[in-house]
Amino acid sequence: MDASRNAPEADDATRCLIENFIVDYAHMVDDDRLEEWPGYFTEACTYRIIDRASHAKGRSIGIMECSSRGMLLDRIKALREANVYEPHFYRHILSGIRIRGEKGGAWLVETSYAVVRTMQEGDISVFSSGKYVDEIVIENGRPLFRSRVIVCDSQRFDTLVVIPI
Amino acid sequence: MTDSAAARMAWQKEGYSRIPYGVYTDPEVYAEEQQKLFRGPVWSFVGMEQEIQEVGDYRTNYIGETPVIVVRDKDGDVQVMVNRCAHRGNLVCIAREGNASELTCVYHNWRYDLKGNLVNVAFGKGVGNVGGMPDDFDPAQFGLHRLRVETLHGLIFATFSDAALPLRDFLGADMWANLDRVLGRDMELLGTFKQYMPNNWKLYMENVRDSYHASILHMFQATFRINRLSMKGGIRLSDNGWHHISYSIAETDREEAQYNSKVLLSVKDGYLLSDPSLVASWREYDCGTTLAIQSTYPNFVVQQIYNSIALRLCLPKGPEECELMWWVLGSADDTAEQREARIKQSNMVGPGGLISMEDGVVGGWVQRGSKHDPDLTTIVEMGGRDVAPTEEGRATEVSIRGFWKGYRELMGV
Repeated sequence: MDASRNAPEADDATRCLIENFIVDYAHMVDDDRLEEWPGYFTEACTYRIIDRASHAKGRSIGIMECSSRGMLLDRIKALREANVYEPHFYRHILSGIRIRGEKGGAWLVETSYAVVRTMQEGDISVFSSGKYVDEIVIENGRPLFRSRVIVCDSQRFDTLVVIPI
Repeated sequence: MTDSAAARMAWQKEGYSRIPYGVYTDPEVYAEEQQKLFRGPVWSFVGMEQEIQEVGDYRTNYIGETPVIVVRDKDGDVQVMVNRCAHRGNLVCIAREGNASELTCVYHNWRYDLKGNLVNVAFGKGVGNVGGMPDDFDPAQFGLHRLRVETLHGLIFATFSDAALPLRDFLGADMWANLDRVLGRDMELLGTFKQYMPNNWKLYMENVRDSYHASILHMFQATFRINRLSMKGGIRLSDNGWHHISYSIAETDREEAQYNSKVLLSVKDGYLLSDPSLVASWREYDCGTTLAIQSTYPNFVVQQIYNSIALRLCLPKGPEECELMWWVLGSADDTAEQREARIKQSNMVGPGGLISMEDGVVGGWVQRGSKHDPDLTTIVEMGGRDVAPTEEGRATEVSIRGFWKGYRELMGV
């Protein structure tokens, strides 16, 4: 049995808020409303993408390392205005949202995901699978990611990663 | 040589400025490269000593497509061996990395010591003296295929070839000096990842050597006005033209300071970084070098982009696919601020790199655009048709020509 089961339990309202928040995030990315992406995070925040082996070793560098809302904003500006890539979309499949406890005023939440990527020519592939390891704070009734670490099962990334996972 | 597929390609008579598209797709050419190039007189990067610090630590990797084991033996030396049991060819190490006191093939328990010597054959004497290996079977003849190994500043290189020059001579003085400059101190491994690309490995290696495209394809710096046109720079080549460094140097400290303040001071334009700390850098090298991309033949890259230091190895994975392995490094002496800056700058490179992500995709576009015309050629004539160092870094393709000089010499075409 998971030790975190002994951690403080989120009440139903909190659980509902957190689950909706995580689901909303996925729809936001898949619907290409990426300008809203930075607004899902606290001003000082962590957004990183790293593979599970590197994560387990405690490596400092993954393939994206953002530590402020400004850096997230810059990612989206770059994606819209600067970076060159073939148009594509993600479809996030989420499962098993699990609230593992509370730490320093944030809920610790883990969610399994798969991202299916569709290219403009029609190629469809599983682009990434893994889990979100989140720290979610609730400010004025509104959840925000203080930290969202995407722990990918594979160390291999196909071609490029421009749209956030 | 007429029976060679590579020789049948539509090469120009001499020179290195017209490359037939067939060399990026032809399966026979690809197979010949495995023999003549990756097993030829070159030194292949296979990993870092930091990855195998303890006796028995091993990691697996590839030279071309040949799987190899990189292991620290009981004398503390690094050994590199083909990952293939002498018995019936099974992979001896299945895991990507691990620690072992011996290397044992799981198929029939043939056991090798950490130097690759065959020390035991399961049921070698038979069962109850029935069966077993013939009496004249000599285990000493059947170790793992061991390669020549040299290390430099934690980099491990190996070669199949007895004809390869010692590493120092293979690289030449300029290439050696840049490795000294960038890596000649206690380095720490900060991250590793892999990027799979839908193109022939040579298209990526051309891209690495192509300083012409840098400010054209990659628009991140220009869009956010963090490009600096006033820097001086150029291309250095090894004497044989095979290896290259493209570099930029800040002319003066003052210029560098101006650059940093330019980034940090906002002008009234929408396209400025919301968080300029992303590109904050410090003068790490006395020489003022702000950028140095080095490639050594055939498929290894050492990168210094401001304070972002990384190694890249481009592994062929079939004629039209390759995989880029990354090792991102810092200095063991980094202050907390320096380490934080390195982590932020890591956002510029790799598969999600704000500056470099296009390098992952452009090779696939070339592949799709050109694969049906194997007899047509590229034009690699920017900056002339020769292979010589230059003080001009932007409008030249000289180091790509150097790559093809090495290719034609090694492939005998």
